[in-house]
Amino acid sequence: MLCDICGKNPATVHLTEIIDDQMKELHLCEECAHEKSAAMEQQFGLSDLLAGLSEFGKSAKDQEPVSAKCPSCQLTYADFKKLGRLGCAECYNTFRKYLTPLLRKIHGSSQHIGKSPLKIGPVHNSSAKKKDPLADLRVKLTQAITKEEFEEAARLRDQIKSLEAKSNNSEAEK
Amino acid sequence: MQLSDLLNHTCEWLKGTGPNSDIVISSRIRLARNLEGVPFPHWANPAQAEQILKTIADAVKRTDMLKKSTMFRLADMDPVDKQFLVERHLMSIEHAQKTEQKAVLIDEEEVIAIMANEEDHLRIQVMQSGFNIFEAWNIINRIDDELSKILHFAYLPDFGYLTACPTNTGTGMRGSVMLHLPALVMSRQIERVLAAIAKLSFTTRGLYGEGTQASGNFFQVSNQVSLGHSEEEIIENINGLIRQIIEQEAQAREVLLNKSREVLEDRINRSLGILKNAHIITSQETIELLSMVRLGSDLGMVKDIDRRSINELFITTLPAHLQKLENKKLSSQERDLKRAELIRKKLNFL
Repeated sequence: MLCDICGKNPATVHLTEIIDDQMKELHLCEECAHEKSAAMEQQFGLSDLLAGLSEFGKSAKDQEPVSAKCPSCQLTYADFKKLGRLGCAECYNTFRKYLTPLLRKIHGSSQHIGKSPLKIGPVHNSSAKKKDPLADLRVKLTQAITKEEFEEAARLRDQIKSLEAKSNNSEAEK
Repeated sequence: MQLSDLLNHTCEWLKGTGPNSDIVISSRIRLARNLEGVPFPHWANPAQAEQILKTIADAVKRTDMLKKSTMFRLADMDPVDKQFLVERHLMSIEHAQKTEQKAVLIDEEEVIAIMANEEDHLRIQVMQSGFNIFEAWNIINRIDDELSKILHFAYLPDFGYLTACPTNTGTGMRGSVMLHLPALVMSRQIERVLAAIAKLSFTTRGLYGEGTQASGNFFQVSNQVSLGHSEEEIIENINGLIRQIIEQEAQAREVLLNKSREVLEDRINRSLGILKNAHIITSQETIELLSMVRLGSDLGMVKDIDRRSINELFITTLPAHLQKLENKKLSSQERDLKRAELIRKKLNFL
């Protein structure tokens, strides 16, 4: 079968398109398929893509709080899904629970490794105090794995596990 | 510094110097940074956005690495000047479109450019000619350190630098390398190479970044992932990938030279012939033909024109550059005439 677009190369990619309620099958060669997919990507903006990503794989009990609002800048989670942009730095704390899995989907990780500012601001300090004590351990764990210090990594992993178990218990008691 | 001073200056990225400059045009790193306690640009009200600009302008004055830079408010600039900066890769197309409370800072050498109030409060970029991504990192790292002593950057230990869009969170870093890959395109291997790049979580774009088509065999390869790897790791990954692409392009050039020398010579000289004789030419056609002439110069087939002159034509023939050179507004038809005239003069040594 030859490609429907160029009619020259053999068709290796097969896709179904729906335009104006009409279903259409397309058989394309690799080259034309690549061009076609680039054109399709342009039709869907980044915000759609992000909205799709955070929708994906979400479990029923972790329903996203469309009405949750950042106390600092008043941006709601629904705004974020619409705009594909957060409102301010504090949004990262406000929506942490929902951003963590989203960041994992985008980057394959939700743990920063790399440089930090030389001077750390007051807002950061206040949020650091509120911060999950597990976060620090997770940074150390990732660093240990990167440096191939596996004994240290195992020790940190156990420490994280026991802390996680403790926090789960205390939540269950509530 | 006045914007028109830049006209007599070759952009850093078009100098045609630096390692592997036959295949690699330029290396660029950008860092996205935001200030704490103020909304991101798209969410800030005009008064807040104005305050952000002021804070950044004050910090810049106290930063040694930025002493030789000039800040331009976009609201004060006419459309041609804005496009002129976009063509020189000193700011993004998006930044040029909405101009309220936005600014761009440019250093004399055009190595450093900072967009203020683009998608993030600061978008710092450092450009180097040729394959020089490590040097770009050294420079930008020092600028970032200096600025971070003065400004409170939004940062969390687990998420890293906080950005308006979560796709930039973490290091806030994007490294991009601009490549000229005519032989991979001609030998129809480019699709395979682009597919391999995409599999490794890197993206390929055209000459003018996000959403632009690849033209004239120019491809910009950048990292997509900014969180979970250190800056050095990301740069090391880019380095490894680019080395392989360079090798592939070099091999493809070798094969073309050995197996299709006549075809290659014909294409290169026809391109040169059109450029030397055309009286009306669009910028798209110019880029495509210059790409072939540049390949000819790299392969020693075009001897009397050096790479730097070819590179200069890539930029001076773009719409805003033509209008700055002529010092007046030109319609699209007028530009096609002027462009052809400029190229004829340059290539025929008139």
